[in-house]
Amino acid sequence: MIDTSLSKIWVYLSASPLLGLTITLVAYGVAHRLYVLARHNPLLSPVVTAIVLLIVFLLLTDTSYQAYFEGGQFVHFLLGPATVALAVPLYQQVDRLRKLWLPISVALVVGVTVAGTSAILIAWAFGASQQTQLSLAPKSATAPVAMGVSEQIGGLPSLTAVLVVITGIIGAVLGTRLLALMRIRDDSIRGVAMGVAAHGIGTARAFHVSPQMGAFSGLAMALSAFTTAVILPWLVDWLEPLLGY
Amino acid sequence: MTFLNGITILLVYQLVGEISVRLLGLTVPGPVLGMIMLFITLLIRGRAGAALSSASSALLSHLSLLFVPAGVGLMVHFHRIASEWLPISLALLLGSVITMMATAAVMLLVVRVQARFTRVDQDD
Repeated sequence: MIDTSLSKIWVYLSASPLLGLTITLVAYGVAHRLYVLARHNPLLSPVVTAIVLLIVFLLLTDTSYQAYFEGGQFVHFLLGPATVALAVPLYQQVDRLRKLWLPISVALVVGVTVAGTSAILIAWAFGASQQTQLSLAPKSATAPVAMGVSEQIGGLPSLTAVLVVITGIIGAVLGTRLLALMRIRDDSIRGVAMGVAAHGIGTARAFHVSPQMGAFSGLAMALSAFTTAVILPWLVDWLEPLLGY
Repeated sequence: MTFLNGITILLVYQLVGEISVRLLGLTVPGPVLGMIMLFITLLIRGRAGAALSSASSALLSHLSLLFVPAGVGLMVHFHRIASEWLPISLALLLGSVITMMATAAVMLLVVRVQARFTRVDQDD
């Protein structure tokens, strides 16, 4: 009796977007709580914990990703307006941007080119399939942009999304240590390096270090989103004959 | 109401961005074009306003939440990632380290060169 009514409830829930949306927010809430308890240890970054919790839940309940995404898409959709929203911090940093426009532009073009080229070449050298190489290429840009570029150059947007998230986590975990190792203490340079290499997840980490580093990281993330969208298709065209596609 | 107005502005710019990209056949994703158009609008207008500021900081302060549904997509790609784990992890790890070091080094270099030139200018 209870068993059948429970399974009826489950049938309802698994067909409705409510469950996917709710578990996304609950998992993130729990993950964020853990992150605060761990005193912002980057290894416990809420994105990672939330993703692991959700995958475990979906596997245990035998729910498909497609069914989950019915609800998850409402959160995912907000990446679009969030990208547009980057114009606001960019505008608030416009005075710094004016002063540092030359070093930032050069760093952006070099950084975005190195990000795309290194990803493709390393994957190619170690025998990844062409589709995997192309899905890796835009990994340093923020998710909506990376997914759009991936689709355009012949990668798998959904694989790119995952690789973007992992790249961000790597940047957030290693970034501050790597920059300390290079003895770079200037927050504008540290922020730009973080934003170019590790987009929004790196930016969230940078804001924990200092507001100035966060601002520059957000600025670099916004600008490199644009730079990636412009440079990468062209870069891939140029690399393709060299790699024998 | 302010928050709602801010979200509406963001969505309008995204929509205009998406439509322009399709009409003009551009290679830039719609939201990026929307961001650039909003940035130019703000430069012309001279201020961001309360509605836009509150909506954008609300969205951006939870930016990492927005990546979660895409990240869960990992479960669909278990197979590919398992079979190509070595090139993928090296590209992610080494690629990120190289990118971050190159970006920081180049920016540091340009800042120093620029500082030297301005110092020479002042000496003259």
